[in-house]
This record gives sequence, structure tokens and C-alpha cells, in this order.
Amino acid sequence: MVNRIVTGAHYGLRDWLTQRVTAVLMAVYILVIAGWVLLQPAFGYDVWTELFSGSLMRIFTLLFLLSLFYHAWIGVRDIVMDYVKPASVRLLIHVLVILSLIAYVIWAVQILWGL
Amino acid sequence: MSLRFKIYRYNPEADNAPYMQDFDLDLQAGDAMLLDALMLLRQQDDSLGFRKSCREGVCGSDAMNINGRNGLACITPLSSLKQPIEIRPLPGLPVIRDLIVDMTQFFKQYHSIKPYLVNNDPPPETERLQSPEDRAELDGLYECILCACCTTACPSFWWNPDKFVGPSGLLQAYRFLADTRDQDTAARLDNLEDPYRLFRCHTIMNCVDVCPKELNPTEAIGKIKDMMVKRMV
Repeated sequence: MVNRIVTGAHYGLRDWLTQRVTAVLMAVYILVIAGWVLLQPAFGYDVWTELFSGSLMRIFTLLFLLSLFYHAWIGVRDIVMDYVKPASVRLLIHVLVILSLIAYVIWAVQILWGL
Repeated sequence: MSLRFKIYRYNPEADNAPYMQDFDLDLQAGDAMLLDALMLLRQQDDSLGFRKSCREGVCGSDAMNINGRNGLACITPLSSLKQPIEIRPLPGLPVIRDLIVDMTQFFKQYHSIKPYLVNNDPPPETERLQSPEDRAELDGLYECILCACCTTACPSFWWNPDKFVGPSGLLQAYRFLADTRDQDTAARLDNLEDPYRLFRCHTIMNCVDVCPKELNPTEAIGKIKDMMVKRMV
């Protein structure tokens, strides 16, 4: 096979846009949590469990984690694209990263709804 | 005015490896530019290789790395430079000899964005006219002289010179996207909708920092992304 430089995968915009949207969502979540922590006079296990007892907070947290994972996927993929040149190794790393991120999502759901 | 230089020398036919050569030069004080000094140095050592043509920042031939920063020798005043003045070829491109680099990759990327007007209407009797407002859209885009200062200052280009178009090429891409007379918008955007060609830009903004014509490729890249978003949503 000729070793030709191939580009033109026709994607990129969606990921670029998603990375921006997820960044905003994560920033909002961090501000909310930080603000809430600062407003607490006393701080302990019961206060934490109280915060995460409602569905709203659980869904918000899951959204934050999904944003984090998707954001991380794009970032890690970009690094792999820069540093790992053989396509087969790159594909393998991509698959491993995606599978571990999916596992993290399942784990996060388990933790959040197991509280 | 006594000047000290350290200049990158490499002749692949004679040298095993590149080395830095020291030069001293006495020059009448004034508003001399770096290129004037280089031309005097070439009288000392006629093997010193560099490109030059217009001597006034229009042709873009004498782009080089001056004290760690890309710029045009002909419009860089000697008085603005800290000594010893360290001159190297543009980074990220193969060196042909001394300060002369092989620009093939740079121009390949430039050609890949179709740097010409695509208009399939029959040519009118006179020019294809634009309103002054439409014409103003091209300001800050058409002035690019393709000196490669920006592209060779871009880490994304150093990493993927064969795949990432680079700031100069993308500025030119937007120059034609912004032209109301051009009819190839969809194909031009398709051509750039790629994780490497456009989206390797991580807004490091070295391009804006070094551009000798004070253009803003990062802004142009942002406008290309805006157009893509508008097209998608």
C-alpha cells in the first residue's frame, strides 16, 4: 500500500463545539459546588448526603461527569493523534480509552444512585 | 555601532551538523535594518546564504528566526535587537543551506485551500464589483505576503506539517470564504472540516504574535469555525 498522507475525515466541528459546551457546564457545576461549600457553616457526611439526596443534584452531577468524560475523550484523542503515529496502535488506544470512559459512566451512575 | 552576531550555518554538502558562527560588524549608527547588516556580513563571508528580494517587507523572502522570534530581516531595526543577535532559519522546515529553508510543505498547504476565486458565472464585461462594505471584509486578510513567519511559529504545524493547514493557509482560506464573489463556500468548508486540517489549531496565538504585517490568523480561524457552526445548526 502506498504510504500516502490522508486527511479529510469530515469531522471535528462537533467535537470542537462539544468541548466548549462541556467546558461551560463543568465551570458552572464547579462554581455551584464551591459556592455551596463556602455557604455551609458546618461540614460533614450528613451535609454531603443531604446535598446528593435529591434527583436534581444527582442528574446535575451526572451531567457534569458526562461532560468531563467527553471533554477528556477529545483531549486524550488529540494527544494520541499527535504522539502515536501507527494507525493500528492509535485505534487500539482509542478503543481502550472509550471503553474505560464508558465504564466510568456506569460506575458514576452506580455511586450517585447508590448514595 | 559595533554589532555581534551568532548565525546558524549549515551546508549539507560540506558540514556534518549545523553550527553557530560568530560575526562582528561595525556599522554607521542610524536606522539600519537587520537585512542591511546581513548584506554587509555577506561581504565578509560570501558563503552566507539567505533569501531577500524587495528589502521593504512586501515580498516575504527574508523571513528568519531573529533572537528566537520569527520576523522579516528587512523591517527589523538593528536598534531593537539585543546582542549578540542570534539568527536562525525559520523553525519546522527543512534547511537547504544556512538561513534558506525548503518552503514546499508550506506552499502545499497553501495550495490545498484553493487560493483563488471560484465563480462559475459567465465573466462580466467589466470587473466583478463588490460593495465597499463587502470589500472591507477582506481587510486584514488579503495583506498576507506568505512569508511563513506565522506558520513556522505554530507548534501544531511543527507537529503535523503534512496535515495541519497552518495559520497562513487558514487565513487565506478565510480570505476566500469572506469574498462575496466566491461561490465555493460549501466545498471550502467541507475541505476544512477535519480534525487535522483546521481543528489542530489550539489558539496558541504565536501566529498573531509574530506576523510582520500585524494580521490575525487566529481571528480568521475563529470566523471559519463560526461559519461551520452556522452551517450546522
